[in-house]
Amino acid sequence: MSLRGVTVVAELAAGTPTGLSRELLGLARRLVAEIGGQVCAACPGADEAAAAELIAYGADKVYTAGEPALAEYDSDGWTACVAVAVREAGPAAVLIGHTTSGADLAPRLAFRLGAAVATGCVAITLESGVLRFTRPCYGGNVRETISFNTALKVATVRGGCYDALQHDPRRAGETITVAFDKTARRARVLERQRDSGADVRLEEARVVIAGGRGLDGPEGFEVLAELARELNGAVGASRVPCDLGWCPHSMQIGLTGKTVTPELYIAVGISGAGHHMAGCGNARNIVAINTDAEASIYKDARWGVVGDYRKVIPALVEAIRELRATQGRGKA
Amino acid sequence: MHIVVCAKQVPNPEAAFSMFKVDEQAKTVIPASGLQMVMSPFDEQALEAALRIRDAGIESRISIMTLGPESARAVLKHGLAMGGDDGVLLSDAALQDGDAYSTARVLAAAIGKLGGCDLVLTGRQAADWDAGVVGCGIAELLQLPVITFARDIKVSDRTVRVERVVENGFDVIEAPLPAVVTVSNELGAARTPTLRETMRAARKPVVMWPAADLGLGSGEVGAAGARRVLDRLFVPPRKGACDLVDGATPEEQGLNLAQRLLGAKLL
Ligand SMILES: Cc1cc2nc3c(=O)[nH]c(=O)nc-3n(C[C@H](O)[C@H](O)[C@H](O)COP(=O)(O)OP(=O)(O)OC[C@H]3O[C@@H](n4cnc5c(N)ncnc54)[C@H](O)[C@@H]3O)c2cc1C
Ligand SMILES: Nc1ncnc2c1ncn2[C@@H]1O[C@H](COP(=O)(O)O)[C@@H](O)[C@H]1O
Repeated sequence: MSLRGVTVVAELAAGTPTGLSRELLGLARRLVAEIGGQVCAACPGADEAAAAELIAYGADKVYTAGEPALAEYDSDGWTACVAVAVREAGPAAVLIGHTTSGADLAPRLAFRLGAAVATGCVAITLESGVLRFTRPCYGGNVRETISFNTALKVATVRGGCYDALQHDPRRAGETITVAFDKTARRARVLERQRDSGADVRLEEARVVIAGGRGLDGPEGFEVLAELARELNGAVGASRVPCDLGWCPHSMQIGLTGKTVTPELYIAVGISGAGHHMAGCGNARNIVAINTDAEASIYKDARWGVVGDYRKVIPALVEAIRELRATQGRGKA
Repeated sequence: MHIVVCAKQVPNPEAAFSMFKVDEQAKTVIPASGLQMVMSPFDEQALEAALRIRDAGIESRISIMTLGPESARAVLKHGLAMGGDDGVLLSDAALQDGDAYSTARVLAAAIGKLGGCDLVLTGRQAADWDAGVVGCGIAELLQLPVITFARDIKVSDRTVRVERVVENGFDVIEAPLPAVVTVSNELGAARTPTLRETMRAARKPVVMWPAADLGLGSGEVGAAGARRVLDRLFVPPRKGACDLVDGATPEEQGLNLAQRLLGAKLL
């Protein structure tokens, strides 16, 4: 089976490719360097400026529907439009971000195009001419590496696993407008409700402070917010506080929540279940603060403090302020 | 309304991971003896969503469907005790060891054999392989609209209206019936069976269909019909070298940690 070309489905935020979309373009370039063919980007809502950005980040061709109505994800519209683009581009693989949009689109696209799909991948490799997909399973405790006996492979990839290329505005590429069947739309989006608040986006934050059941109530998140302000970080959570209503579900990190890859991840009152670590295990530096010295989280942490967060966090905030003052430095 | 809830039997995903072993040679996960097999939690919530539709006053027949070994009958029993009306067990040797693709094909064919339905509910992903593929697969195969990651489902007058979870909030999406909806944990906890329902469940009908009854050839189902090849299964290495920050008081611990962070240029 000869492999050629990779198509990336790109998502935009505020009109430019998301960090994850840029990472996928970087991965696609690396793969086509081995298998040959082009890197195509399918981005239903892309305008000229967004297409130019996708090219600057590595695409040879951008397929767009030129439809402002498709700027935001819409399952039927995107599936129809991306299917047309992939049929035209004829790649060996389609790479999609493992977001709520990508996780919706990928399986639909795979079934529609007679392909197979690997969701939530953390690595895609080429071994003796075979594309292999590595992904967490069994609640993040196990990894499987799989391949497919179909010509076309579709994968969703978690954030932070690959590096984006340098933005290069001199890179050349072309934009192709695809027509698609608008009547394909059966499910209609009536309303888009978005949480306000959260000034630093979790997925992009350099520092994430996450709280778990050990916070013992919503007030605990105020203690974390104080530390987050000091470190210019974002606050996240394990699933338990979200399910208990201590914080919104949009803060959930893990296998079925967000994937974060900050420089610094401070897990507070979190035991370190595989389900949770699947969303933060790739953080550069993990700090665990927990009353239980036997908690599993210490197996993933670089630094650990055994103690009650109610006392440790305020002390940490105080110490950071003092250290900064003696060093004559302000906030990061 | 006829609602079909697809539910898979999985090893209890809440169990400590020490209850599992990975045989890298045989490429299988081996649950320790004594580990419970349960209905996958998101599927339980899919059934909960179906029961809430009925509780909201929409007259509904709720069928629970599972593909698995004979032991998966326990999942149907549990679903019937929660309040489902009847069960479909898809079980025979030819159906075993499939992947998401062959599973979706079998479930779609079985829904066809039921004469179709108004609403198919699945979990967002099964808690063993965590794939999240089968629900959308059924929809594509049956050419039905699909809405994923539901946290609320309302049915009225030939349409389904779903609150669909996204990264920073939710979308409200409406689709005509019949449709497929996949359910996420934001829906809220599933009910536990009452003693009365559990007693009644024993008398509810369960059919068992082998592959041959579904009009699918043996090459199209189970391992033979799979598109996925499992190359490797392993336990990821953990960092395991945690530096426990000392200190006799929280103040000392806080200071020592701050110094470590500063030393690593993280402040
Ligand atoms: C199918 C499925 C999917 C899931 N997906 C996710 C997911 O995406 N994300 C996720 O996070 N979970 C997920 N879970 C849940 C997961 O299995 C765990 O149950 C959960 O991560 C545990 O959360 P926790 O660590 O906050 O709570 P616990 O495991 O209860 O740990 C609480 C910790 O707090 C410590 N503690 C108590 N008091 C204090 C104190 N005063 N100071 C400091 N520490 C204290 C305790 O020692 C303990 O270690 C999923 C589960 C299933 C079944
Ligand atoms: N063997 C099965 N029997 C019944 N339903 C299943 C089966 N496998 C998957 N499903 C349904 O499809 C959903 C997604 O599964 P998966 O794509 O395997 O993660 C599950 O939550 C179930 O609702």
